[in-house]
This record gives sequence, structure tokens and C-alpha cells, in this order.
Amino acid sequence: MPNQADIALMAHLMRRAGFGASRAELEERCAKGYEATVEELLNPGADSGIDEDELYRYFPQFESSLAPVAAQTEWVYRMVNTKWPLKEKIALFWHQLFATGNSKVDNPPEMLAQVGMFREEGLTNFPNLLVRLAQNPAMIYWLDNNGNHYGSINENWGRELLELFSMGVGHYSEDDIKEASRAFTGWTIGAKPPRQPVGRFYWSFEFRPEDHDYGEKEFLGQTGNFDGSDIIDIIVKQEDTARFLSRHLYNFFVADEPQVPAWDITPPNDQAAIDTLVKAYMDSNADIKSILRVLFNSDFFKNARYQHVKSPAELVISTARMAGNYNQPRTGFPLLAFECGWQGQELMNPPSVESWHTGSEWIDGGALVRRVNFAAKLLSDTSLPGVKAIMAGLRERGTLSPAEFVRACLDLVGPVEVDDGTFQELLTQAQQGGDITWDTEEGAAESEKRAGVMLALIAATREFQFA
Amino acid sequence: MASTKKDPVLVVLQLSGANDYLNTVVPFTNPLYRQNRPNLGLPEDQLIKFTDDLAFHPSMGPVKDLWDQGQMAIIHGIGYENSSRSHFRSMDIWHTCEPDKVGTEGWLGRVIRDLDPAGENVLKGVNFGQGLPRAMALRGVPVTSVSDLASYGVLTDIPAIGAGEEREQMLELFSRVYSPAIGTGMTMDYLGQTGRDALKGADIIKTAPEQYSSTIEYADNPIAKSLKSVAQVHMANLGTQIFYTQYGSFDTHFNQLPAHAKLWTDVSGAVNDFFADLREHDAADNVVMLVFTEFGRRVQDNGTGCDHGRGGVAFALGDMVNPGMYGEYPSMKAEDLFEGDLVPSYDFRGFYSTFAERWLGLDAKPIVGGEYEQMGFL
Repeated sequence: MPNQADIALMAHLMRRAGFGASRAELEERCAKGYEATVEELLNPGADSGIDEDELYRYFPQFESSLAPVAAQTEWVYRMVNTKWPLKEKIALFWHQLFATGNSKVDNPPEMLAQVGMFREEGLTNFPNLLVRLAQNPAMIYWLDNNGNHYGSINENWGRELLELFSMGVGHYSEDDIKEASRAFTGWTIGAKPPRQPVGRFYWSFEFRPEDHDYGEKEFLGQTGNFDGSDIIDIIVKQEDTARFLSRHLYNFFVADEPQVPAWDITPPNDQAAIDTLVKAYMDSNADIKSILRVLFNSDFFKNARYQHVKSPAELVISTARMAGNYNQPRTGFPLLAFECGWQGQELMNPPSVESWHTGSEWIDGGALVRRVNFAAKLLSDTSLPGVKAIMAGLRERGTLSPAEFVRACLDLVGPVEVDDGTFQELLTQAQQGGDITWDTEEGAAESEKRAGVMLALIAATREFQFA
Repeated sequence: MASTKKDPVLVVLQLSGANDYLNTVVPFTNPLYRQNRPNLGLPEDQLIKFTDDLAFHPSMGPVKDLWDQGQMAIIHGIGYENSSRSHFRSMDIWHTCEPDKVGTEGWLGRVIRDLDPAGENVLKGVNFGQGLPRAMALRGVPVTSVSDLASYGVLTDIPAIGAGEEREQMLELFSRVYSPAIGTGMTMDYLGQTGRDALKGADIIKTAPEQYSSTIEYADNPIAKSLKSVAQVHMANLGTQIFYTQYGSFDTHFNQLPAHAKLWTDVSGAVNDFFADLREHDAADNVVMLVFTEFGRRVQDNGTGCDHGRGGVAFALGDMVNPGMYGEYPSMKAEDLFEGDLVPSYDFRGFYSTFAERWLGLDAKPIVGGEYEQMGFL
């Protein structure tokens, strides 16, 4: 039996590098060890992590789906059921960073293809990702690079590549934007008519030499006949890029930072941690896996428990995984996708290219109410497999005093750490029913009912809002 | 100063993504408009003319009705010095009135604080939509943000808890665990405040749709739904004075003609229905609406759309507005443009100040961070 400290640390790792884990999974992973688990997460199999045949047998509509919610649902299904949690988590990271929205792209299969690219390429290196992003049809359409022509540039992609996707505002000039835009002229999309009479056109990347500006460009102080890949090569060697990406990784995986627009004037919360990540970036030539290995094994990561407000996707997916009733194809998956949107994170449809504001800005009155209601409803339903497993865990601990009961519930559903005030309130509630017993059928039924209510209350706490 | 016996109410409508000024209020007699918009120029026979040389976009018919009824002020050339072409940054500047540094306090947060210094009414400011806009964010100032009026409430619809007395008891516990604890950090404090406010606001605001009936049939789109919710809460007399909602995306770099037409069809219809709804219920005389966007778009089109620009246009709407045009349409002459953009001639903080002082009766200076020229539309 692993000790409590190991379980708590493993739970932390799994909340950040994945979407949480049940007690059984935590114990299994603890037996392998922390660093071995980090390696396993960083080196997933080549497959997608779910049974593709099963997915399309039960959800044939996912194939070239026309409705945005079908695309969102497919991704939600993958996030809940993947056996390679970090593949999906890193896809979510890149989606939040390279925010692309179906509101304009209006092509759900292409949005899914972009997320698929993040899933498959997300743990490779940053230059590779940026080139693939520049050649990704949904991104090309989202930031109008198909309207970026020789002699008539459209600077949308060039600007956001520098401002939002790599260097951050303040580290390049307006001229750099224009020169970068010239280098990406002719990078456009070709469309293939769909097989069915009604359907979105499939897009593919197309390079049109006749529309490409082969002239000399001056970019970030360097001169040459650059094309898009050359521009990306120059960008990824900048330390500003290393800092910008490190801060994004820190904000997503470690602890909440101030909002992105403040970054060029507000220092990081933990400068030493950012410096460590920057060094890992420079030492590894921007290899994502190497940077994350440093991150997950660092003390600053291990010590950052509950320093990150769960995004709606994190809250919804991790709660559904814990409840255990979405572990196979079924109806109801679209509701999980909708729920992310209702809590303020409509997947594949961020409010703008600047993405969602994170941290405490996920929370407002409306969002908090939804988060509490969603999690409390699922975790208090003692008929669900994951909740049943928690009940079995409680039962194994035998007769429990009210204080032991509260601690056991917090432990089995997380472990969730709460402050003294919250603990006292939960305890007061538990004391009204006295000891928890399992000796008689009636007593056990009453104990389960009380445990369901206790789990709902834990799901409603402030602490539960953090990962 | 405009006055009303009831408390004044301000509805803010944000057009997200940068609405194109030139194709919203079209200077159709200016040859430079045709020259700069070879692909996006709107055909003259489709335009809705309202002066000898200005016209509304063809899908703004319902807005033109408001203009004809004397309920509309057009504020030309609005923006700020050294305008940012970043959506994110520019929206932040509009939300916080901080062009030189990144602000965390929203201007409407300060308005709500000054309207209700003790924070007695958690429904003083209400946002309809996804997430709270920064304009309303101010630590310690309660605001309510509602995505869907019909299902708003804490621990509703949870079988294990049930309804009635048991839920009441749980809500009391919820309220206590969200109480301030010393030394738990800013985010925890903020969460605590938000939780307690949500609890208070939820049970009140849910009553609004029950009391509402109307002959107005709003269209089926998000902005119509949001403005209908605003009308419902306003008419329920819950003391809300600041409403906020947004619509978009107006970021029309590409394929602007159909996209912009659809956006203005939705917005025009929703705004007109909203005011018709209020008038039907004798609830229009204390409401004005502020319509803004983060910046205008580039003067010259890029083929099928236009890129980020500077100077833009804003509107004030409602019975109490002194109708007409304010400020000047910035010059489109090449030598007067800044990097191809209209140069703003009027600071948005003066626009805000006009609402704050002449409509809400507050001292505008601390709200917008200085003294700026106000206009006579209120």
C-alpha cells in the first residue's frame, strides 16, 4: 500500500499531466514510481489512445461531422477515455495557445484535424509544431493566410504568429510583421469536394509558387530570401520565444500566472522556475518532451499543488472520469461538450485568437454555479461506477467517526486538501448523523446516502475548483 | 443632464472583433470611399441613407428606425491616441481605461462600486454571456454573470440533496464555506466572494422570466436571446443599473460582405426589438444603450475583407438620448491617415464620462482616470 504522501503527489501529477485518476489507478502508478510514471506519460504509444473502430461504430456521425458539437463531443470522448492522458492534455494546451475557432473556420472536421495534429505532434519540438501550424488548413483560414498574396499582404497570421504564438508583444517591430507576412505568401489551402453531396470541403495545405514573394526580407535583424520555414527557424532561436513558451507551460501545467497581455510588464510569479524551463528549451532545441520532463520532475512543480484553477475542460473531464459513467460509448457525451461551453470554454471555439483568460478569470458567478452543480450532481450519484468504487473504499475502512468519515471522503475523491474552516463545516454536517456504519443493510444504505451528500459538498467547495 | 424619476439604467453592447466603421456609417458621396474599397464598397442603391452624404449598412434598417424616431446618437471618430491594433490589448484598454499600462480594474466595476458603495445589491451589475468581461471586474464589487437565465442557481437539480429544507441547509453550509478565511490568498478570497454573491443573486434573478410576458418575438440568435434576458431582468425591477452583453465576431479580415451583413442583421433586429419590448412595458424611459467596438478597420480593403485599423464609431441609443451626430468623421485623405488608418478624433473616455456623469450622475474622473471632453448626447 503506497503511503499517503506518494498518493497525493501522484494525484497532483495526474491532475496536471492528465485529467485526474481514480484511487485504483493512483495506487497502480505509485507502485511503478513517480519518475517512471512521468516517463510513461511522456512516451505514449503511437496509437491514438482509444479504440478507433469502437468510436466510429458507435458514433458514425463523427466521421466528417457537420455540427460543431459533434466535433467537440468526439474530442471530449477522447479526453475522457484515452489511455495516453498527456497526449490529450498537451493537445488541450496547444489548442489554448494556438486558439482557433469554429465561429469563423466553420469546418468542424478541419478543427478536429487540427486538434489531431496537436495530439500526434504535441510532444515533438516547437519548430516542427509551428511549421505544421502554419500549414494547418484551419489555422490558414482562421488567420487569413489564404488571403495573404504576393504584392498584397494580409498580415493577420504574421502578426499573431509573433504576438500570440511565439515571442509575445514588444519583442518585434511592425516591419517584422510585414516581412514575416511576405515570407508566408503562397502558403494557402486547396479544397477537395466532399464524397457526400452535402458536406464540408476537405482542405489541404497547398504551396503556390506563383503567389509566393521570393524577394529579400529583413526579419529580426537578419536578411535573406526567407520563406515561412526560415522565419520560424529564426523565431524559435530567440530567447524571447523560449521565455514566452515557458511561461505558457508554467501557467498551464504548474501554477496560474497573470493574464498574457500583462506579461511584458509583469514578472513571472516564479522567475527561477521560468529560467529553468528556458534553459531546458535552449538546451534541447525546443524539444517539448525534454522541457516537460524537467517541469514534471522539478520541485517547483511538485510543490504547486492546488495552485491552478481548473479550466472548464479540466473540471468537466476529470469529474466525468472520476464518476466513471462515461468510460464507454453511450448517449450523453454531447452534454459534456456543451457543459464545457456553458462553464466558459466552448472547445474549438475560443472567444478570439487571444484565447480564453485563465486562472481566477475562469470564475464568475454564473460559471461557479455551473461548476458546482455539475460536479456535485455526478459525484453524489452513488449508482455510478466511479462513485460506487469510492463507496467500496469507504466500506473497506469499516466504522468511521464523523471526522474519519470526512477525511476518508476527501481522500478517496482526490485527495482533496481543504482548509480548517472548510473541514470544520464538513465535520459539523457529518456529526449530525453520527458514526458511519456498514453492519446492517439499512445502516449501509444510510451511510451511502450520507457519503453521496458529503461528496456533493466537497465538489461544491472552493478547494475543489483548483487542480 | 438627462433625468428620469426611476434609477438610470445603462446597457452596454460590445461588438467584439472590431466593427468596420466605413461600412457601418458609410460616407457614400466621398470618392475616397470608392477608391479605397474597390471590393468592399457597398452599392449605393442598397444603402440606407440618412443624410445627404451618410448612409447605414443595408442590413441596419431597424437601426434606421431608431434614428428616425430620434433615439440615436452617432459618435464619430472614437478611439484613443497610439491606438493598439491588437484585439486583446485594445479591448483591455476600452475595458479598463488604461492605455499605458495593463489595468485590472474595469471601468464599469468602478461605476457599480459608486452606484452601490456598500455592495448591497449583487444584481447591481449583470452580465449575460460567457464569462465576465474585464470591464465589470473589480475586486470586492459583486456582479452577476448569467449564461442562461432559466437554470441559474446553486445546488439545483441534485437528487442526492433534493429540494426544500435539505437544500436550504446545504446552501447555508455553502455560504459558510465560502466565507472569508484569513490568509488564504487572493484567488480564494475572490472565489469566496463570488460564491456568496452567486448564492444571493441566483434566487432573486430567477424570478425575472416568470413575471415576464410580451408580444415582441425576438429572433433566434445569441444577441437577441441576451437582450431579451436584459429586458426580462430590467422589467422585474431588481435594481440592476448596469447590463452588459456582447456579440461577434466582427473580425472581418476575409469574406466581409456576407459576414458583416449577417452580424448587423442580428444586432439591428435585436436592438430594435429590445427597445420595442421596453416601450410596450413602459420601461424604456430610464434605459440608454452604449454600443462600442475595440477599433475600426483599415481604410483600404485587402481584397475580400479589411485589416485592423484605428478610429471607429460608437452609438448611444434610447428615448433619453439627444439624437444626432457628434464629433467629426475623420478625414480619409491619404495624408491624414496613420499607416492607412483613420485617426481617432475623440477619446472614448470622454464618451464613457458622458454616460457616467450625465446619465448615472457619478463623478466621471475617477472612473475613467481623468478629465475628457463630454458630449451633448445626454
